[in-house]
Formats: sequence, structure tokens, C-alpha cells
Amino acid sequence: MTTGQRIGGNLANFVDERTGAGRALKKNLNKVFPDHWSFMLGEVAMYSFVILLLSGTFLTFFFIPSQEEIIYQGNYAPLSGLSMSQAYASTVDMSFDVRGGMLMRQVHHWSALIFLAAMVVHMMRVFFTGAYRKPRELNWVLGVGLLTLGIVEGFLGYSLPDDLLSGTGIRIAEAIIQAIPLVGTYVAFFLFGGGFPGTIFISRIYTIHVLLVPGIILALITAHVLLVWFQKHTQYPGPGRTEKNVVGFPLLPVYMAKAGGFFFIVFGITTFLGAVASINPIWLYGPYNPSQISAGSQPDWYMGWLDGLVRMAPNWETHAFGHTVSWNILIPGLIVPGIMFTGLALWPFIESWVTGDKREHHLLERPRNAPTRTAVGAMALTFTMVTLINGGNDLLATHFGLSINQIMWFSRIGVFVLPPIAYFVTKRICLGLQHKDRDTVLHGRESGRLVMLPSGEFIEVHEPIDQYARYSLTNHEQPEVVELQLEDAHGVARPGSVKEKIRARLSRGMYGEQVQKPTEKDLLELEDGHH
Amino acid sequence: MSDTHSGHESSGHQSSSALSPLADPGLPPHIYRRADTEPRAAKKAERQVAILFALSALSTVGFVASFVGIKKDAFIFIPLFGSTQAQQLALGMTLALSLFLIGAGAVHWAKTLMPDHEVTQDRHELRSSDEDRQGVIEVFREGAEAAGLGRRSLIKRTLLGSVGLVTLTPVLLLRDLGPLPGKQLETTNWKAGRRLVTDPDGKPLKASDIQVGAVAHILPEMPEGSELTLNDMVKDPVILVRLRPEDFNLPSDRKDWVHEGIIAFSKICSHMGCAVGLYEQQTHHLLCPCHQSTFDVETGAQVIFGPSARALPQLAITIDSEGYLIAKQGFMEPVGPSFWERSS
Amino acid sequence: MKKILRHRRHPIAHFLVLGIALLAIGFGYTLLAPSNAAVATNARSQVVEEGRQIFLKGCSSCHGINAEGASDAPTLLGVGAASVDFQVGTGRMPLANTGVQAMRKKPVYNAEETAALAAYVASLSPGPAIPNAAQLNYERDGNIAEGGQLFRTNCAMCHNYAGQGGALTQGKYAPSLMGVEVKTIYEAMLTGPQSMPVFGDRAITPQQKLSMIKFLKGIEAEKGQGGFSLGKVGPVTEGLVAWVLGLGLLIGVSVWLGAKSK
Repeated sequence: MTTGQRIGGNLANFVDERTGAGRALKKNLNKVFPDHWSFMLGEVAMYSFVILLLSGTFLTFFFIPSQEEIIYQGNYAPLSGLSMSQAYASTVDMSFDVRGGMLMRQVHHWSALIFLAAMVVHMMRVFFTGAYRKPRELNWVLGVGLLTLGIVEGFLGYSLPDDLLSGTGIRIAEAIIQAIPLVGTYVAFFLFGGGFPGTIFISRIYTIHVLLVPGIILALITAHVLLVWFQKHTQYPGPGRTEKNVVGFPLLPVYMAKAGGFFFIVFGITTFLGAVASINPIWLYGPYNPSQISAGSQPDWYMGWLDGLVRMAPNWETHAFGHTVSWNILIPGLIVPGIMFTGLALWPFIESWVTGDKREHHLLERPRNAPTRTAVGAMALTFTMVTLINGGNDLLATHFGLSINQIMWFSRIGVFVLPPIAYFVTKRICLGLQHKDRDTVLHGRESGRLVMLPSGEFIEVHEPIDQYARYSLTNHEQPEVVELQLEDAHGVARPGSVKEKIRARLSRGMYGEQVQKPTEKDLLELEDGHH
Repeated sequence: MSDTHSGHESSGHQSSSALSPLADPGLPPHIYRRADTEPRAAKKAERQVAILFALSALSTVGFVASFVGIKKDAFIFIPLFGSTQAQQLALGMTLALSLFLIGAGAVHWAKTLMPDHEVTQDRHELRSSDEDRQGVIEVFREGAEAAGLGRRSLIKRTLLGSVGLVTLTPVLLLRDLGPLPGKQLETTNWKAGRRLVTDPDGKPLKASDIQVGAVAHILPEMPEGSELTLNDMVKDPVILVRLRPEDFNLPSDRKDWVHEGIIAFSKICSHMGCAVGLYEQQTHHLLCPCHQSTFDVETGAQVIFGPSARALPQLAITIDSEGYLIAKQGFMEPVGPSFWERSS
Repeated sequence: MKKILRHRRHPIAHFLVLGIALLAIGFGYTLLAPSNAAVATNARSQVVEEGRQIFLKGCSSCHGINAEGASDAPTLLGVGAASVDFQVGTGRMPLANTGVQAMRKKPVYNAEETAALAAYVASLSPGPAIPNAAQLNYERDGNIAEGGQLFRTNCAMCHNYAGQGGALTQGKYAPSLMGVEVKTIYEAMLTGPQSMPVFGDRAITPQQKLSMIKFLKGIEAEKGQGGFSLGKVGPVTEGLVAWVLGLGLLIGVSVWLGAKSK
């Protein structure tokens, strides 16, 4: 036994005698995880959160969360002698006078943008592969919660420096709160400690941004990951993979190396962005002043869709009995987002009600094999893209020589017209791909080689695919439509309830159109037919 | 293949086993990597991993050197991209490389040298066994009986009452977060006789100082000793525009709010409170850059495009004895975004 | 007379009569029409006259013979030499085609011709003069911090916080101010071209104008502080880079990570 082994053994003994860690380690160090690049997107989000915690802690050592007005004494000439809040001044000082300060600020902000982008892409992967089905509905809801919290956290975070751009964003948020009927003005005055902007708001959102929300996010991420741990990760269908097993690599050493290494890679790429790409140059924006505004003012990308909705909203406001209800603010600012996120959170339950499917699923579905789900997802994405693009309509106008008025009208109409078109197109594409899969199974892959037959006809040679590929293309489920039960158990005619009728129609929409996947019988017939 | 026994299957749902799908051929045969079969390839991979880690260490040294060695005011020029602060770039690039290369080394090590045989593990049913479920129900039943909640309804009711009440205490503590709105949203610093002064330097203006086609950003002149705070800047800013008197198309009761073609509006957008500073001299339109609400000065800043529902409040102006522009009266309606208590 | 009349059916007779008639009308007009150019005796009047000639040839078709304006072109009476120097000097005028606004392009007239035009228009009616070099010494007379404050209050809502330009309604735009000559910026503030309002010297003093110019020139000269700028237009380009570069690289790495090694 070498010295190293002896010391290691003593250490392990020390810990195990006090914690019983050996049992847990034995069970878990060999845990198998399926391997696919699309399973790493959630990891990108998680690692970005860790990077946010690390870089954010550094920032808290230099940031002063106070709105007290001071005169700028620092080295940046365009600001010298100007009155600004401590929050703004400390951020400028941190950027210019602290070595690595600018880098950490930029790493923090780039990491936040990537955190949210990764969450969205991860959510899209989970959605389009049906990974949210039983038993993972709860994890999906946790994920929607994490997305919402991430958006709030990012918004509060970039509002901390109290610059012209983010201050405008806070002003708009305050207007949304103020517009809430009955309690709006009270809630706004309580949040801001008086009228906007007050003198205490920055320190309040500091506590929320640094302590409360990260704490909740940390707890939710832990629950999210623990659920994945205990339920075991889903896997793509394929040879050797069933609903009752997990095929992949063990935690030690492969996964630790790959996942651990990936953390450093994510950190490295984020730091690279922080090194070369300027982000949130608050010294150029100037300190927040409600009588100033810049052309092309937008929130960060993950709120761009909200900005786009607010811009395209019709200017409806009703006045009755001495009170005002601003539909032009409430609809795009609260009602539509509320519907969007509630629908998102409830989707697994909606789908399982429509399909009547109450079984566990651990095998994922390829998007083409669930055309309706994929098409609904495409609709949601199209809607979000139109609103996102409208949020930047003035920048589009400047850079592409367009008119903001025309873009606005395009968005107002497009947000209703384009999603159904996307649904239709996506569904047709999925069914087309199903046809292609069926053809590939039955007739083999196109090899690109042309052969001339004695009769003079040219044909393309098709290479048959091996049994593993054939299995991969055919082992998906093709459930049947939930029919409306028109007779009860005794054969007596019964009317369906409204709920049943809706469900039958939705089910028909979901499963009515499918390309039948080829069976053993089909293959045998084919082989007999031509050789 | 896809059946699992996890509760009841709902009626109307059948599996497709009736169509006899293709059988599962099992895991495909394992393909060996070069490093698995050739020791030279394995050594090469090992060298590559070591180089990646070594380069990372070198980059960290570079990070330290940049931290102490590069001056804060040094700039470096990169072709195509331009000049940038050298220390920032150096710190960032060296740190990025240090981190990235550790990760790349670890991943390369895992991919080329660590075993890549696919391992199969069983999934266990998530659902607890029926005995366990029975056991839990028993434990709960016994516990509830022992607590006696079922029999002792007085305890249950008073328990719920006390816990419910104490949860209200933090809500009450939040009351002093801020004052009640009162009349704050409806008052500004504008009143009869207040001079219009420029923002930010505070010059009073005469009518002759503003030409036709000109615009001025205005604040109220405050009496000696008091200054405008940021809270005032959210309500007081005014935008002054001069048109030719014949260009206006105002309602009759607003005609005398204008002085020689000079008209004043609240600069705080009636939509969500951004500063409406953008004036198009030829169309006589005011544009708010936040959500593109467009207001027509000729008709008294009525909304002609965009999400705002109300015209900008107009400030009645005239001149004082010395010829300086003054407010005739305060705003006749609350400025800024709408709220529930606003009556119009 | 009879001798002449005898030739009245000569083939050339038509042309001769026409020619005589035209000459008669021309001379008659010249004699009888009001003359509006004073007899040139000094160099200044020569420049003005030169400007008038250029004006009549290149501008009067839209702006009217006496610069009084028409349905598609505003009056030039009172716009001053500064306006002309701005519009013609940046090539916006003469207008190449009718669109939502005149765009900056290669000037048609050279410096001498532009100065002549400016002098001519100024001679019609008083207006803002072209600033001279002493009036444009922003390094000496401008205050960069004050300039930033003023810029953000008066200009950023159209031209963006860093002078990168911005959108107006119906496809109009406020152009980028980067790389624009000091004199041109000054003249634009003074004369309010097209959609831009007029910033007279009493509302924004000359010293304040120079402060704003100093601020703009400072932004132009400022070297990247946090890396390379993404256009100084805010979060839109930042979000684009985060998705395309950031997430793109990360997904690329993920694919590499999950792929089987050879």
C-alpha cells in the first residue's frame, strides 16, 4: 500500500464512520446516464447559474446599492461633475478602476443571457421530445417556474446600476403595476416607498436579486435535478433501449469527466464573450433621468417579446364611474403573459387529458412522430418570434430602411395569422418525414448511385439499412384516437358531455393523421415481392 | 415493448402490439476506438490531454502577468475590430483559455481513453409497492388517532385559527413599505406664474428665443432654496414646440393656452411614462421612442398611432411682464401613465 | 417693302420670319422685364451672382425662381447660408429622388459653388450664417460632461445615446452622427434640416452646441472599454450575439462532447 493509498483510506474511513457516506456512494457512483448532446442543454443552464453566483458575488463586493445622489469624481471624463446615484457611480468605478471588474461585470451579464437562452432551448428539447409526460410533469412545472424566476432575476439585475436604459425599463414596469385596477397605485407606492423613482428602490431590488430569488432558484434547481436523479433521465428510442432500462455511461469516471469538463468549457466560453464583446456599457447610457430617453430602448432579449406585445397593443382604455382601466397595458403586460405561462405550465396535463395516456414514459419521441405536439410547439415559437421581432422594430427600421409603422402592422396581423400557418406547415413537414422514414425502412437509403438497366431505364440504387437503424425508425408508438363513447356498457345510447366531445375532437386532431409505420409483415411482403 | 404496468390504462387506448412491430435487436455491436486497440494511439491521446492541461496552466500564468503587468490606460488595436482596452482583453482571454482548456482536456480524456462501453441499468418502478402504501396509510391513521384530531374538533379549529392568524402578521408588517398614494400622482410643480426654464441648465425663455420649427425641453423654475428632485422629474418635464399660429387645429377652449404659436405639453408619455422628446419638424408629430406612440401637435397632441390611449396633457402658457414664458395655470389633469383612480 | 414681300414664298422665308420674331421677343423681354441682379462691381456681388446662376439652373425648378418655395419644396427665404451649406455641402440637395427624406450622398457642387449658393440665398433674406473656424473650437470652448447631459436631453431620443442614429415615423430616420464634420453638426442644430427641429442660439447657446459636439467627438474617439462594441445600440445586438455566438458555440461543443471518438 502506498502512502497515498493509506492517507486516502484513513480519510475515507474518517468520513464514513461519521456519515455513512459509503452506502450512498456505492449506490450512486455507478449510476448510468444516457448520452446525447441535446441532454446537455439543461447543464448549460445549470452551469451558467453557478457562474452567475460566482461572478455575482465578486460584484457585490464593489457595488453600492444606494440611490443617494453624489457627484462623480472618477476618471471617465464625459461623466465628471455630473450628479448620479451611488449605484451608478460604483458600477462605473468597478468597470474602470477595479482590475478585472469590467471582465466580471461582462461575464455576469453574458452568463445571464446564456442562462436564459439555455433554459429556453432546453425547454424546447424537453417539449419536442415529450419528456414532460408522466412521471415528469412536476419537473416541467418546476422548469417553468425556473424560467419565470430567471426572467425576473435578469430584469432586476440589469436594473441595479440605475442607468438611463434600465431606469426606463423600471419606469415601464411601474406603469404596468400602476395600471392594475383597484390596488395598482397602492402596490406601486409600497414597492417604491412612494412615487417613482423614490430613493429606496435600488436597495430593495438588490436584496431580491442577491438573496431571495437566487435562493429560490437554487432550491428549485436542486429539486429539479433530484427528480432527474431519482426518476432517471429519459433516453432516445433505439436498439437495446426500452421503457424499463437506461443505456449510457456510468457517473464515475465518464460522466464526472464529461460533465465536470463541460462546466469549465461553459465558463471558458462565457469568459471569452466577457473578454471580447462589450455588453451593457452603462457609462455611455448616462445616469437615469426620467426626462431623458434614447432612441432604440429595449429590455434584454428575454423580455423583448413583452416589449413587442406592449408596442403592438391596440390603444384601448375604458373610463367608467370615475375610474380608468388601461386595457392597452393590462392585456399585453399581464393578461397575455399570464395565459402564455399558465398554458406552458399546464401543457403536460392538457396533453395527457387529450390523449387519455396515463402510462409512464421514459423513451422520448422524435418530433416527427408526434406531429400535432410539434406543430403546437411551432405555433408557440412563431408567436414568440413575432412579438420578439416587434420589440426591436425601431432598430430593424434603422438598419434595414423600413418603417416602424409598417412593421407594427405586420406584427399586429402576423401574431394572429402566422402561428396557424406555422402549425399547418409543421404538421405537413412532420407527416412528410414520417413517409420518408417508412420508405427508408421498406426500400432502404438512397445511395446516390445511378445504374442503367438493360432496358435503358435509369434507377437509383437503394441500400437496405441494417436492423438497428430499422428498429430505430419503427419502435415509436402510434396511439389511437380517443373516440367519443356513444353507447354505455349496456349498449344504451348516451350523449357525450361537452368535455368528452372536446376531448374527442382534440384527440382526433392529435392522432387522426399518422403515417402507419411499417411492420414485420410489410417487410416480409416486400422481400418476397422483389429481390 | 412499450407497456408498463403503472395504474389503469384508460379506455379507448390500445397499444400497437396488434400490428407486430419489428423486434428489438438489442444493443448494436461495440465499435472500438483507436485508443482502445492501438497503444500508440492511446499514448497520443494521453499526450493531447496533457498538452491541453499544460496550455491551461500557461494561460493562467498569462492571466497573472496581465493582472500585474498591463497598464490600465493601454489600448490594443485588432484589425477588423478596432481598439480595445488591453488589460481587459488580456485578462479575459487568458482566463477564458485557462478554463476552457481544463474542460477540453477532461472531455477529450473521457472521449478517447475512458471506457465507452454502453452500460445498461434497470429502471425500477417509481410507484411504491402496495405493501409500502398500506404501511404508510396505517402509520398515518395510527398517528392521527394518537393525536386525536378527529375526535378533538375544538383543538383542530383553534389550531387552524391561530396558525391562520399568525400568517397575517408579515402582511401587516409590509404596510410601512411606503405611503398611500394620496394626491401625489395628480400634482406637479406647475402652477400659475411659474416660469418655463430649459432642462438641464435652467434658462428662462422669451417667445423670441423659440423660432418656428424649434423645440425646447422645459422644467418649472423653482423658488429660491428648493430644487427639483428625480421624483419631480417624473412629472414636471414639459416639451415646448413652436408652429405658425395658422397650423393649429385646437378645440376652442384650448386656443388661448397657446402663445403666438408656442404650445406646451407634458413630456411624460401618457402610455407608460417615457420621455416623449422626439419631435418631427415637418409633420408636427411627437414620437415616443419606447413603444412608438405618435401624437399630433396641431390637434393638441392627440394620439394618431401606437398604444397610448390619451393625448399628452397640455400646459396653458402665456408671458409675464418681462416677456418670459410662464404657465397660466397648473396641469388640468394628472400627467403620465393612467391609473385606476384617474377619472378620464 | 415690295421687294421683301416678293420673296415671301421663298423656302427660307419661314425660318427667317421665325428667327426675327424670336429675336424680337427675346430683346423685348430683356428690355422690358424687371432686372433683379444689381450691376456687379465687387467680388461679393460676383459670388452672389454666381450663386444665383447656379440656383436658377439647379434649384429653381423645385424651389421657385425667387426661392419662394413650391408644393414640393419649402421656401428658402430666411433659411440662411448655414442651411444651404448643410444641405448642399452634404449632398442632400439637389434631391436625387423623392423618398421619405433626403439622404446624404456625394455632393453635386464643389466648395466654391456651395459657398456661392449659400451667399445667394443669404442675400435674399437674413438667416443663420455659416460658422467660422473660431466659432467651432469645441476642444477649447466645449465641456464634455455638460455636452453629454445636453445631448441626452435634446438629441438622444432621435439619434440614440451614442449618436448611432434612430428611427422616426413612416420610414424616416435620424442619421448616425459618427464621422460627421463639426461644422455640419453645428449647422444642423442651428437650421433644423428636414424632420430635425431648430435649436436656436438662445435655447441652446453656441457654447452648449460646442459642448455637445465635444461629447460626440469623444464617443467617436473612444476606444473600446469592455471589448469590441456591438454597434452601441443596446440589448438587441447583445441578445443576438448571446444566441448566435454564445449558444452556438456551446451547442457545438455539446455535439462534440456527445459524439463517439474515433
